[in-house]
Amino acid sequence: MLHGIKTGRQMLNNENHDTLIITGNEAAATGAKLSQVQVIAAYPITPQSPVTEKLCQFVETGELNSEYVTVESEHSALSVCIAASSIGARVFTATSANGLAYMCEQIHWAAGARLPVVMACVNRAMAAPWNVLNDQQDSMSQRDAGWIQMFARDNQEILDLIIQAYKIAETVYVPVMVCYDGYILSHTVMPVEIPEQEKVDQFLPPYKPHTILDPADPRNLNQVTLADPRPEASGTICHGYMELRYLLQEALDHSLETITDVERQFASIFGRSRGSLLWDYKLEDAELILMAAGSIATEATAAVDELRHQGYKAGVLGLRVYRPFPKQALIEATSQAKLVVVFDKSLSYGNEGPICCDLKSALYLSNSRPAVHGYIAGLGGRDVKARELVEATLDSIRCLDNEQHVRKSGWINCQI
Amino acid sequence: MGTRDCKHISAMASPAVGEVGKTGEWRQLRPVIDYSKCLAAKKNKPHCFLCWLYCPEVVIKKAIPIEIDLTYCKGCGICAEECPAGAITMVAENASRDQDRPTNVE
Repeated sequence: MLHGIKTGRQMLNNENHDTLIITGNEAAATGAKLSQVQVIAAYPITPQSPVTEKLCQFVETGELNSEYVTVESEHSALSVCIAASSIGARVFTATSANGLAYMCEQIHWAAGARLPVVMACVNRAMAAPWNVLNDQQDSMSQRDAGWIQMFARDNQEILDLIIQAYKIAETVYVPVMVCYDGYILSHTVMPVEIPEQEKVDQFLPPYKPHTILDPADPRNLNQVTLADPRPEASGTICHGYMELRYLLQEALDHSLETITDVERQFASIFGRSRGSLLWDYKLEDAELILMAAGSIATEATAAVDELRHQGYKAGVLGLRVYRPFPKQALIEATSQAKLVVVFDKSLSYGNEGPICCDLKSALYLSNSRPAVHGYIAGLGGRDVKARELVEATLDSIRCLDNEQHVRKSGWINCQI
Repeated sequence: MGTRDCKHISAMASPAVGEVGKTGEWRQLRPVIDYSKCLAAKKNKPHCFLCWLYCPEVVIKKAIPIEIDLTYCKGCGICAEECPAGAITMVAENASRDQDRPTNVE
């Protein structure tokens, strides 16, 4: 992909836009800058740190007219974003692993308060033991908080997803976490088309909050809300806790359509599309599907080429949106398959890989229910090679040939 | 008719007295004022009012004599702690019954 192009910060001339050779972290920061974020609060943590550094640089040089709030922790970073979003500012934060865990309380708060916060989660393994390398345990551990979670598979998609995330979040009033693999994407340079600011502004109008905290019209926001609906002072019957949680779930359900619409609008303005809820590779006639989220799904395309070479009708199903889980799209995409092999870079300990588990749940309602085999791969930065994905898939095929439809998750390249 | 009619998507309300209900119902200890000791009452003019200043629930009226709104007083006892004259005593709600006590507290 980089053949004939000098690496580094060289700008490539193109007809309508600039192409920069940048890391995933620079792509995320540039996406936030193009989205004209008004308040940034982030605390540096490996491998996310260059995102904060780049944004500081944008603000310091005046390239980005934004308030950068330095904080003493990730909990405070997201708290600042929540407060700023509540008064009508477009906000951005970014973190990884233990930083995300430290935000946990506020992650739930941002969703419950229905604030369109956008966060980059640079996926990293959770301690203990300490490990700064990539897997997806951090964001997966926050899957039930009520955020939309999307996975990028290359640096272009990181930039594009950040911009799209604001449009989605500000339409359905649900925060969005844009996840991308630490180091594999965050620190790897790739050519990234940088859209013109005017086009981004055309795509992304200014943020209109659902409620603005304004001294002239004081409100209690997210006040104590107990079990049952209750009249406020004016006599209006207001939601109880359960009604508000129903609305959050309803918004996530509706966001499936919004995400698809936003991708369509993005494609019409910027001329590129990376799939909406899912993306695929050689899936049309595939009886054998390799499924994953993030960069490992890109690796699976190389595995599929090898499997095709060996005579298997194989294809890749990439999960672009993990929450809300695109059940119907998955039922349709797997309707011709005999076997789906899922590679999870995280684990719901005591159960199995979360994507594998959720896929099985979705396919319970499918008329054509393919076998689903799960593999745990790449924990704590363990390298995953296309060859290993091929071997795992062939192993699953052998199991099916032996009528073994249900089996425990396999662990790829675990040398225990 | 459901709560959707309120058109809110997150919890919110206009600030008003009693916004989260009659919080006096949570009270275990009730402040009882001895006006013969209260400095403002004794001097019969604005004085001290530390109870009013410290009350976290803003239920003490800066009046002569002071008044505590037992509908919203949670019985934290800070007024009794801060009173320099020892004019406020916290009494267990189940130790005595009078008309100030919410009827649904047992």
